[in-house]
Amino acid sequence: MELAGITKRFPGVVANHDIHLTVRKGTVHALVGENGAGKSTLMKILYGMQKPDEGTIAIDGEQIAFGSPADAIARGIGMVHQHFMLADNLTVLENVVLGSEKLYGIGGNARKKINEISERYGLGVRPDALVENLGVADRQRVEILKVLYRGATTLILDEPTAVLVPQEVDALFDNLRELKAEGLSVIFISHKLGEVLSVADDITVIRRGTTVGTAVPAETTPRQLAEMMVGSELPTPETAESTVTDRPVLTVDKLRLEAEGGRAVLDDITFTIHAGEVLGLAGVEGNGQTELIEALIGLQHADSGTIALGEEDITPWPTRRRRESGVGYIPEDRHRHGLLLEAPLWENRILGHVTERPNAKGFWLDPKGAQDDTRRIVEAYDVRTPGIDVTAASLSGGNQQKLIVGREMSHSPKFLIAAHPTRGVDVGAQAAIWDHIREARREGLAVLLISADLDELIGLSDTLRVIYNGRLVADADPATITPEELGSAMTGAASGHLEHEETTDEAAGPEDEAR
Amino acid sequence: MKKFDKERVLLAVAGPVIALVAAIVLTSVVLIASGKSPIEPYTLMLQQAGYSDVQVLILNQASMYYLAALAVAVGFRMNLFNIGVDGQYRLAAMMTAVVGAHLALPSFLQIPVLLIVGMLTGAFWAGIAGVLKVTRGVSEVVATIMLNSIATSLIGYLTLSDVWGVQVGNNMTTGVMKDSGWIPGIDLGSDVGEIYGLVFLAVAMGVVYWVVLNRTRFGFDLRATGESETAAAASGVDAKKMVLTAMLISGAVAGLSGLPLLLGDAHTYSLSFPTGLGFTGITIALLGRNNPIGIAFAALLIAFLDKASPALDYATPVAYEKEIATIMQGLIVFAVVISYEAVRQWGLRRQQKQVGAELAAAAARNNSQKKQEVAAR
Repeated sequence: MELAGITKRFPGVVANHDIHLTVRKGTVHALVGENGAGKSTLMKILYGMQKPDEGTIAIDGEQIAFGSPADAIARGIGMVHQHFMLADNLTVLENVVLGSEKLYGIGGNARKKINEISERYGLGVRPDALVENLGVADRQRVEILKVLYRGATTLILDEPTAVLVPQEVDALFDNLRELKAEGLSVIFISHKLGEVLSVADDITVIRRGTTVGTAVPAETTPRQLAEMMVGSELPTPETAESTVTDRPVLTVDKLRLEAEGGRAVLDDITFTIHAGEVLGLAGVEGNGQTELIEALIGLQHADSGTIALGEEDITPWPTRRRRESGVGYIPEDRHRHGLLLEAPLWENRILGHVTERPNAKGFWLDPKGAQDDTRRIVEAYDVRTPGIDVTAASLSGGNQQKLIVGREMSHSPKFLIAAHPTRGVDVGAQAAIWDHIREARREGLAVLLISADLDELIGLSDTLRVIYNGRLVADADPATITPEELGSAMTGAASGHLEHEETTDEAAGPEDEAR
Repeated sequence: MKKFDKERVLLAVAGPVIALVAAIVLTSVVLIASGKSPIEPYTLMLQQAGYSDVQVLILNQASMYYLAALAVAVGFRMNLFNIGVDGQYRLAAMMTAVVGAHLALPSFLQIPVLLIVGMLTGAFWAGIAGVLKVTRGVSEVVATIMLNSIATSLIGYLTLSDVWGVQVGNNMTTGVMKDSGWIPGIDLGSDVGEIYGLVFLAVAMGVVYWVVLNRTRFGFDLRATGESETAAAASGVDAKKMVLTAMLISGAVAGLSGLPLLLGDAHTYSLSFPTGLGFTGITIALLGRNNPIGIAFAALLIAFLDKASPALDYATPVAYEKEIATIMQGLIVFAVVISYEAVRQWGLRRQQKQVGAELAAAAARNNSQKKQEVAAR
């Protein structure tokens, strides 16, 4: 498959510009780039969801134009979306045949075909399992099978590893190698560079809507790749020297939180974060992280146990009082918890700190003070915006996040809850956010860092804890632990103090290097 | 960024204008369908608006609508739907009338006392719905609708002659209020009429509404709750306290909305006291986009439809049904809801694109140099 000179304009914006991409048969071709670099638009063009304004697409030397995804499917192009498109209450078989009943019917023939595909590519899919009983990795395999069932010879996978733990990623890569061996082509979109290097045969880097280069994995390091992506020297999440003091800032003791009906969603949570310390919390999503954040910020009140900020017991305090006394909050879902999307930036600067200067003078708001300070934040935190009167919704995710970080840091918090602080944020903004956290840490800030990005977690934290099923089940030393070892504790397979095993050292090559 | 300011004003005006045009067109369709002139009723009504006595009627009516709409808007700004303004203002007007008929203080005390009685009664009645919502999770929509019916029955009971009522002919009243509680208006002569004194209260309330919402911490919390309940909660807004406070304020403002008529003209609460202000207030708050100036225009418009339409019945040579105005009000509500949502989404997308374009333009300027760096690598 070959794409040449693809250009796509949206009103006022050029999303893709002069894109060149050649995918060889029987290879995994990785497409890497920052968020907003234009990867998604390119994929939509490839999959027939958008038409390019200029440029050509050729398959096996034959020029073609897609009018709709149906055309693309007919040409053997299949797409596995980042968000799965499966009906939970149907079986795997039903999900696979849905919409393609004409191919092999809905009965025995279809089942035979599914088993055949599953066997051939080592997918291990059971046709009669209910999708709602499947884990994330299994669902992904069903999605891949769905695409293969429709006769795809070129698969597009959009950020397939975003939802997987390291072990599952390895399994996925084994599947991809099987596909490759059978002569299929895979286009793999990602911005996790270590993964890209380990699975891809060719790499194309896209930046600001255009292809800036290609790379051969064997001759490239993650660092070089990242620099191509960002176009500048790249910082790492590594924290240089320890700044941990012995002054406890946040002390949580035997915290327990119950869901309706008395089931514990958090149980026996005990930890202390000292001034200048970043405590990293690893865990598969949905194991109590959200509840822990809500308990710390005061949105839910503990059923038993205590939370102390410095010397003071803040367990019964409402949210506002906690925030006023120096609890900063970078929420995991910034759209739901961190921003008023339809309000201008300067009003968003007030959010969460409405009782504090420079936003208010006593009972009265101080719009001018807030506006001036928003301008300062925009400048200091490099929020890319044409002004402070535009709505928060019109900024990109990274810039929204920088605004939130700037806002929270502006009130010199004592304790910061940073939940997925760089999720959905491009590499440039990511580095800036890390820098700000590190700087605040040097000045004595205590941070609770919750992240699905294990490299970030290991790189930034002074102490690591693993949460599983509402309990802190393991701890580890970030100086020696690898993402794989952390990953196994996250699935509940390991507990207690995680010791790094020397034997795995070599295997963890790219990640180590990335740190 | 002046450009975005101008744009915001444009978007704010576009919604109501589109809605009004659509409503007028649709009303004309109704007129054509019933075989009438699709233009003449409008000219007849506009003619009415030229007479100064009708103008006074419109202004007086608008002041009451304005207060009722402000009460609704306070709730709207935080996604609370106070449908109970109707019950709240009627009960408040009745209580004020009763107090005014039995209490005799000098004017400078009597009038404030009466205003406070009205506000407290309205706040109390709305507060019931507020308490139910915070403690039991009862939807304020359901609670306030029910409280409207209960208010009707309660007023019926309290105005019985063996309670506080005074029968005047066939009409049950609360007795005539002491004249120290009468609020003088601006008399424009016997053939024109009198502008209620409390018209100025309505204007003042508009200013207070704007200041509280836009310039106080409380107002910010209220708006934040309306825009994103989750974000507001995370920012430290106590949702329950906010619901209760907003209901109390909404009810207090509702309690004022019957008073321009009561203290300025009627001086007694009777069976002929106007009903339905609260419901019209919902239309007006919607049309005015919860904005104090927008609401003022909307209140004047609806008052105009009310006061200019009766003349249609007596028009010569062809009479029209004055219900045309009612049809139009209904259509306005529809058109308003649809056009606002459309304009809002269009505006958001448009701004996203503009911001993208501006940033892309800035990026393009840097891009050419950087591209060379990459090529070198």
